[in-house]
Amino acid sequence: MHIEFNDKTPIYLQIMDIIKMDIVTGKLKAKDKLPSVREMAINLKVNPNTLQRSYQELERLGIVYTQRGTGTFVGEEKNMVNDLKKEMAKEVIDSFILRMKSLGFTDNEIIKSVSEETMEVKKNG
Amino acid sequence: MDNILKSEGLCKSYLNKKALRGVDLDIMPGRIVGLLGPNGSGKTTFLKIAAGILHASKGKILIDGTEPGVYTKSIVSYLPDNEYLLKWMKVKDAVKYFKDFYADFDEKKAKELLEFMNLDENSAVKSLSKGMKEKLMLSLVLSRKAKLYILDEPLGGVDPTAREKILDAIVNNFSENSSMIITTHLVNDIERIFDDVAFISDGEIVLQGNAEELRRDKKKSIDELYREVFQ
Repeated sequence: MHIEFNDKTPIYLQIMDIIKMDIVTGKLKAKDKLPSVREMAINLKVNPNTLQRSYQELERLGIVYTQRGTGTFVGEEKNMVNDLKKEMAKEVIDSFILRMKSLGFTDNEIIKSVSEETMEVKKNG
Repeated sequence: MDNILKSEGLCKSYLNKKALRGVDLDIMPGRIVGLLGPNGSGKTTFLKIAAGILHASKGKILIDGTEPGVYTKSIVSYLPDNEYLLKWMKVKDAVKYFKDFYADFDEKKAKELLEFMNLDENSAVKSLSKGMKEKLMLSLVLSRKAKLYILDEPLGGVDPTAREKILDAIVNNFSENSSMIITTHLVNDIERIFDDVAFISDGEIVLQGNAEELRRDKKKSIDELYREVFQ
């Protein structure tokens, strides 16, 4: 597994994003076991402590849970996938709106251009 | 938890040149610390004092609560920035040499590491390329079950693929019960494995902190910070 990290933002956050993405896309399902900290650290070539931190944060957020002696698993909370999806969508939209505004678009223009583009995408498949 | 290395106001002068001007540095167990600075900033001098090869002129340094000496040498595994293996040796002689020297040397681990690095036991040390020698020395140093590993420029003078291999070996063999201090000026290649970093300039620590927090607070990679500090 090779992942390009952006060294400008904390690596533990980027690893969390990768795992969240895998949950949202269904690559990881409820009760699936995550690789061990060491295994994943070696694969990603990062410090095991960094990975530990990613897992701890995910656990704090209720996305994964740790079972003593057996490992870390994806949470079973019903709404979790949807909540994650919403949260990640919000991040994408927020940064999109910010960039559109810095290009000088007003709110209405942004909405208009989005609906035009989605129509366009629909038309062209 | 007690720190594995603690230095306070550490100074070192060579005749009238001051190499260290009061270095304060703490290393906690289970952490990998990057000591970053250009040539001549005092990195190697600091490491040599920690390894018990040089004496400080002023200030103090404690390794596992003890001043450098026989005990600290038994728990510190040091990779110097120069070559020290003897020319007549074969790779297996170098392994034996380490085994005789250090009670905590794990021969099985050494064999695994040599294999991982594609080093042949029967090669003569003098026939090895610079990168291969670097891999051999690192293998030997990592085969000790030390509490503190001191790696002085483990990536110096090796090509990018060898660098990857060396980094892999460091991550694979790092255990939570030990600590590491690594110096380098190739920050970009190695910054992902640091817990903490300390920038040293002209014998003084000018910036130190947790690598992730520095990235978050400054919105810069450690490599960019390095360029900023030492431009």
